Amino acid sequence: MLTVSDLHVYYAEIHALKGISLEVAKGEIVALLGPNGAGKTTTVKSLSGLLHPRAGVIELEGESLLGLPPHAIVTRGVAHVPEGRRIFNRLTVLENLEMGAYIRSDAGIAQDLQRVFALFPRLEERQTQVAGTLSGGEQQMLAIGRALMARPRVLLLDEPSMGLAPVLVEQIFETIVDINRQGTTILLVEQNAAMALDIAHRGYVLETGIVVLAGTAAELVANADVRRAYLGE
Amino acid sequence: MRGGWPDKLSPVDAVLWGFRLVVLVLVVWGTIGTVLAAKYSGEVWLDFLVFGLSQGSIYALIALGYTMVYGILRMINFAHGEVFMAGAYTAYFVADALARSGHLDRYPLPSLLLVLAVSMTTSTLVGVLLERVAYRPLRHAPRLVPLIAAIGASFFLQYAFRGLYGSGFKAYPEPDILKGVWTFAGVRILKTQAVVLVAAVIMMLGLYAFVMKTKTGTAMRAVAEDLEAAALMGINVDRIIVTTFAVGAAMAGAAGLLYALVFKQVHFFMGFVPGIKAFTAAVLGGIGNIPGAMLGGLFLGLVESVGPILFLDGLGIVAPYQLKDVIAFTMLVMVLIFRPSGLLGERLAVKKA
Repeated sequence: MLTVSDLHVYYAEIHALKGISLEVAKGEIVALLGPNGAGKTTTVKSLSGLLHPRAGVIELEGESLLGLPPHAIVTRGVAHVPEGRRIFNRLTVLENLEMGAYIRSDAGIAQDLQRVFALFPRLEERQTQVAGTLSGGEQQMLAIGRALMARPRVLLLDEPSMGLAPVLVEQIFETIVDINRQGTTILLVEQNAAMALDIAHRGYVLETGIVVLAGTAAELVANADVRRAYLGE
Repeated sequence: MRGGWPDKLSPVDAVLWGFRLVVLVLVVWGTIGTVLAAKYSGEVWLDFLVFGLSQGSIYALIALGYTMVYGILRMINFAHGEVFMAGAYTAYFVADALARSGHLDRYPLPSLLLVLAVSMTTSTLVGVLLERVAYRPLRHAPRLVPLIAAIGASFFLQYAFRGLYGSGFKAYPEPDILKGVWTFAGVRILKTQAVVLVAAVIMMLGLYAFVMKTKTGTAMRAVAEDLEAAALMGINVDRIIVTTFAVGAAMAGAAGLLYALVFKQVHFFMGFVPGIKAFTAAVLGGIGNIPGAMLGGLFLGLVESVGPILFLDGLGIVAPYQLKDVIAFTMLVMVLIFRPSGLLGERLAVKKA
């Protein structure tokens, strides 16, 4: 569904991604793992159009996304939940969700709102509240719910577990699985490799801008390097 | 502001505290002096009050443009005063033609609405062009660069109008229906001032509703808060920025006509002082904050109008009204030093890129 090949991204003269290739098939959860600075966030930012790769291919079902502005990429069905949530603090919860559906004007919006509220009942309780007053976990729910309002075919999740208590992380990951079961393809960037590989079908390991390992979740979990470096053994 | 007392008072702090104290003493002393002298009747005070509010409502309309653009781009559009001038000046020709043909007095309301539409449209065009030509190419340049471009654009517009229409004052025609006074419950109010105040308030409420209730307005607030996250929602950020310039400029154009109705003349340099005053009003209310700009404008107009006789007359200053700008800019300096976030400030702590 989503094909990336030989992607090169530079920050000024720093070569951040040195020819990344990866593939996300329809209906999959694919984990993108690796240490800080490996290029995970750079990769998803390139996919959503926030960064402009110098070379490479990004295709969504055969259509190139390269060089398109972020708003055009959302329209084509790729939604990005950025690192650090980035919800609109001064807007209400409901307004945040409405902004998620900004590109749409169809009758299905109300239905999708109910779907988001079903996934995250806390958001329904707090819909008139200003988003900046939500707890960290609620903010992450809002960030994911907001992205779902665009009814994306592919969801890019950047560090959804960041800064959350373990119990909340578990809850968020369960919801990610639910969202995937409802038909959304997911590319998941995570530092928490154990959790990510637990729900992912496949994974890629990035180090200093290149893919050093790729395989099914089971293969990665069994890999000695991965166990040592990311699973704390 | 920092909590608690500093361990040691630095010389700068001492000077600032001294400044604050001097201003406070002068204001209190002057006010007491004025009140004791009881030189002015209640009617005079009321006149100053109403004039201050109508003047302030014009400042508020212009201030909205500063504050909205700042909210999104963190940039002060110093050419905004000229956007205001361009609308009022261009609409003058229509108003003048309508006055000569007699339409202005025969059909005052449609004529005034036409003049208003011309003023708003011209300002909007100028505002949008400005964004396109002078600011958008500099979006990723260091912050000082667009500021310099703004000052350049400001001079360009002033001297373009001077070149086109000369450097003289042009007398704005005054429709008959706006001449004279209305009396409400024994209180007389100049018709022009009442109309200006009411029109400005309607316009501000309309803008506020637009920003708070419509999808585009919500998108503006989203872009103002986090441009990148807004882009990830599928919001075309460039289009929202242009819309913001357009809306702010339209408000300035409306303010231009109201200003011309009060002062009955236009001039190529007329945008400068109201522009700076409106900027002061925007800072006063907390720049980036829309209700703040409205409040700051009304407050500035009021203080500027009532302040001279209230604070300065009692100090024995002759012709205190000449010093109204001193009051306005002293307020600007005080706000910048002591409360840079303005009257309403930021409602939430927000990370700024």
